[in-house]
Amino acid sequence: MNLTIDVTNKEHKSIVALSGEIDAFTAPKLKENLLPLTKEEGQTIEVDLQNVNYMDSTGLGVFISALKSTKEHGSELKLVHMQERVHRLFKITGLTEIMNIDSTVQGGI
Amino acid sequence: MSTLKLDLENYKELLKEYIRTKDEQALYQAEQFSKHSMQHNISPEEIINIHVQALQEIYPEMPSDIQASMNFLLETMISYGLAYQEHQALREKQLELKSELSVAANMQKTLLSTVKPDFDGIDIGAISVPAKQMNGDYHHFVQDQEGSLGIAVADVIGKGVPAALCMSMIKYSMDSFPHKRMEPSVILESLNRVVERNVDSSMFITMFYGLYNSDDHKFYYSSAGHEPGFYYHHKDEKFSELDAPGLVLGVTPDAEYRQYVQTVEPGDMIIMLTDGVTECRQGDRFIEPEEVLEILEKHMHLPAQQMVEQVYKHFEKLQDFQLRDDFTLIVIRREV
Repeated sequence: MNLTIDVTNKEHKSIVALSGEIDAFTAPKLKENLLPLTKEEGQTIEVDLQNVNYMDSTGLGVFISALKSTKEHGSELKLVHMQERVHRLFKITGLTEIMNIDSTVQGGI
Repeated sequence: MSTLKLDLENYKELLKEYIRTKDEQALYQAEQFSKHSMQHNISPEEIINIHVQALQEIYPEMPSDIQASMNFLLETMISYGLAYQEHQALREKQLELKSELSVAANMQKTLLSTVKPDFDGIDIGAISVPAKQMNGDYHHFVQDQEGSLGIAVADVIGKGVPAALCMSMIKYSMDSFPHKRMEPSVILESLNRVVERNVDSSMFITMFYGLYNSDDHKFYYSSAGHEPGFYYHHKDEKFSELDAPGLVLGVTPDAEYRQYVQTVEPGDMIIMLTDGVTECRQGDRFIEPEEVLEILEKHMHLPAQQMVEQVYKHFEKLQDFQLRDDFTLIVIRREV
């Protein structure tokens, strides 16, 4: 299974739309695309996870790296449209407490 | 070079034989000759050299143009010879790395080995199986000075060698903590600081830490973002989740961990696991948490060690004997 990454850049905001599975095979590609975006001060990076039905812990690792990088560079990370199965992973690992996750949308808890 | 000379004679005879009979047998001999040459690190251009010499002896009258063309061929083969040498060197290197990796895997086994302790009145079962050569899961039993049993179950995100190295660090940090009272929340807070300072930002660790006091049968536990375990209430014949919210180790330096307590009645069971159990997939289908409980329940009548082994066998079979993730399962039961 593959992961498609679509990045739309607006002023002060990048929207990263993901589609597919985030696992050990696709995580490096996501990291490569996501991390540079977090290095711009004042930038908001919105990751749309509507079409991501599976993520394993390697994927979580990418988002943790990204979160740490936003803190370091003064940017902001936001995860939106997260599906329930993926949300469970963020909840168990306690990341829902420290990440900006929009859980008001369909499929979220 | 006497062996090579011998080989030249041999080669010449073979060549003559073949030219005369066009026999398959001679071709087979040629194949053997080239295998033998490889074993002795003889390069392709040396074989051509032998061929040229043999030709000269068989056909002393060979036209000089043909002879010249042979020298030309010899020259063109030299790069192949070099590539072949490089290939040989890489093969040796690869064998070396492979054996080093297996030494490392063995060393990890020794470093991280833990002895399942014998405790009066509690039955303990534990199994941990790596998906690849090195295990990114870790479990550890430790008895503190007051006679309580500490149990750690952890999962390093990221697999293979880096994860294994990281585990060794965790194990040694835990060993260096004072062996008085191993309070789960204190242990996780200390470990969190160690991991935060020492590990790459994309690597993190989840850990469940439990402390079983065998005097009053109280079980204290905290979790750093680890897959929740289960608790079996013997009296009600019901499972519940051992949920203990907490952040994974290594994300922020000041994470705090709440400690929970559960009184363990006779026949009750504590089940600790890693996500290799709950994230099990059958083809494209994920198994549901209820299925994990069903399987646990099915084998519950067995002694704890047999129980974990049977549950493992079930999931191994479900995944066609190809584990996608490391698998760790621990069962602790207060005897009736």
